[in-house]
Amino acid sequence: MEVLLAIIIGTLYAAGIYMILRRSLVKLIIGIILLGNGANLLIFLLGRIAKGSPPIIPANSKTFLEAYSDPLPQALILTAIVISFGLQSFAIVLVKRAHKVVKTDDLDEMNATDEYS
Amino acid sequence: MIQQLVIYPLVVQMLLAIVLMSVWSRIGWQRVISIVGSVINLAVAVWLFTAVWQNGTMSVQAGNWEAPFGITFVADTFAATLVLLTAIAGLAVSSFSAGSVITARLKFGFFPIFHFLLLGLNGAFLTGDIFNLYVWFEIIIITSFVLLTIGGEKAQLEGAVKYFTLNILASIVFLTAIAVLYGLTGSLNMADLAGKVAAVENRTLVQVNALLFLVGFGIKSALFPLYFWLPASYHTPPSAVSAIFGGLLTKVGVYALLRVFTLIFEVDPFLENVLIAVAVLTLFSGAVGAIVQNNIRKIFSYLVICHIGYMVAGLGMMTELAITGAIFYLIHDIMVKTNLFMVSGVIYKIKANHNIRKLGDFYADNPRLSLLFAIPLFSLVGIPPLSGFWPKLSLISEGWTTQNFTVIAAILFASFITLFVIVKLWGEVFWKTGEKLPEVRNFPYFKKLSKVKKTQMLAPIVMLSIVSLYLGFGAGNIQSLAERIAFEILDNQEYIYTVLRK
Repeated sequence: MEVLLAIIIGTLYAAGIYMILRRSLVKLIIGIILLGNGANLLIFLLGRIAKGSPPIIPANSKTFLEAYSDPLPQALILTAIVISFGLQSFAIVLVKRAHKVVKTDDLDEMNATDEYS
Repeated sequence: MIQQLVIYPLVVQMLLAIVLMSVWSRIGWQRVISIVGSVINLAVAVWLFTAVWQNGTMSVQAGNWEAPFGITFVADTFAATLVLLTAIAGLAVSSFSAGSVITARLKFGFFPIFHFLLLGLNGAFLTGDIFNLYVWFEIIIITSFVLLTIGGEKAQLEGAVKYFTLNILASIVFLTAIAVLYGLTGSLNMADLAGKVAAVENRTLVQVNALLFLVGFGIKSALFPLYFWLPASYHTPPSAVSAIFGGLLTKVGVYALLRVFTLIFEVDPFLENVLIAVAVLTLFSGAVGAIVQNNIRKIFSYLVICHIGYMVAGLGMMTELAITGAIFYLIHDIMVKTNLFMVSGVIYKIKANHNIRKLGDFYADNPRLSLLFAIPLFSLVGIPPLSGFWPKLSLISEGWTTQNFTVIAAILFASFITLFVIVKLWGEVFWKTGEKLPEVRNFPYFKKLSKVKKTQMLAPIVMLSIVSLYLGFGAGNIQSLAERIAFEILDNQEYIYTVLRK
């Protein structure tokens, strides 16, 4: 399970960075989304996965008897998902406006602010 | 003693933003509420600062969950000082926005968003939890996106795309770093992490993790080679927005760097070299960038980048005196950069142009304003006894004792170039006989504005200039404040004890 997740996370990061490096605005957003998901899965993986053992102490015991899955990373991921959802929706609107105003979706042509004046 | 005082600056800003949202379309009310609220916030910040100054570090646990399980808010001298500076800059920019930003832009919720930005800044300074720091950073960047794009001009949107991409990338890197840190230690509380990170056996992974934090915060604080979003975007929004961005946003990154690399990670020789190399290159490239620009706000943007180098150089040397210099510089920089962007805004309102080649005659037309503007401009250069001089003195003398001659060279080079750039600016904008600029139709010229608006624009510049003068002439007090902060963050026992009670 860990190995599979590690491969998926690696692929997501790689694909995300590749997409960010493209010149198209839409691919930029897709890249950001992929990277964000990669980071979320990474938190999940690094919180140690233990299948089928919720973090509940049995009634007749005072401590955990076996390895349990940590609930905290899941709370963190939830927060991160909500934040990245907000940011991504802003990004999509921003890109739409930028495309309308600048009339291009090629990042190389968006150089008016960098020009020497 | 009331520990809850720690979260009052957050509560004030949040309530203020909510009240402002409830009067969404009444801009006149919003102007008044924002300024009055900022005054209240300043009072609370002064209260917090005096309490921390007298009684030492304070902390409060959210929901009374014992540390390290709950979210902690900590106010040590460093955090309290920055909250105070944020409050001063916030009041100045609030008044300046009320005077200078046109109503059409204010209608899109400028003031509520502005106070949410200040909420995010206060939160980032006061939190003692690394994941909570991430959340405050997100609040800061999402509000700054909105402030950057309000108005929707072509240049703004283009700048925003770059600003957005790199800042969100920084957040993702930061989140990755937090994930790895949690995987290594199983904790998120910064005071708790201080001990746990030191005990981790896999040192290579800790080092990689530290570098991830460096990259994440480095993008936010505009370090070489990660700063390209800054000059692409800072000159596009209204000057009031540039002022708060230039004064505070990059400094949050520096704050986080100082905090993380003194509290959580031990700076090993490798990291020290990386920090010093990055600082030297930042000083160099920012200075060189500033020389070639003609747009006033672009010049200041490059100077923002350049001067980040001083603080990171101080962190890289990692001695008490060097950190003292870095913190003094941080205090000075927040006040002066905020002021300078407001100055550029007033110049723009008077002349309707940003290009220093075309501007001129400013001293002949407005001698008193010119003298006022000279204070921040020459404080930035650091002509003794103005405020920029004293921190450089600490940094250079510490560079000498630790044998970091490249740092000394870079600091002197950057100071010299800053002097050159400011003198060039002074000559071009203030003394030169400029060409006759064509009258722009429908432009809200300064002379056409009402007396109230003129006061709202000039009063904050006067206020921050007085603060700058105090930083220069009362340098002894600021130096002892910076020394106390440097001592506290290097010897983090008090911080850890206050949070964990052990």
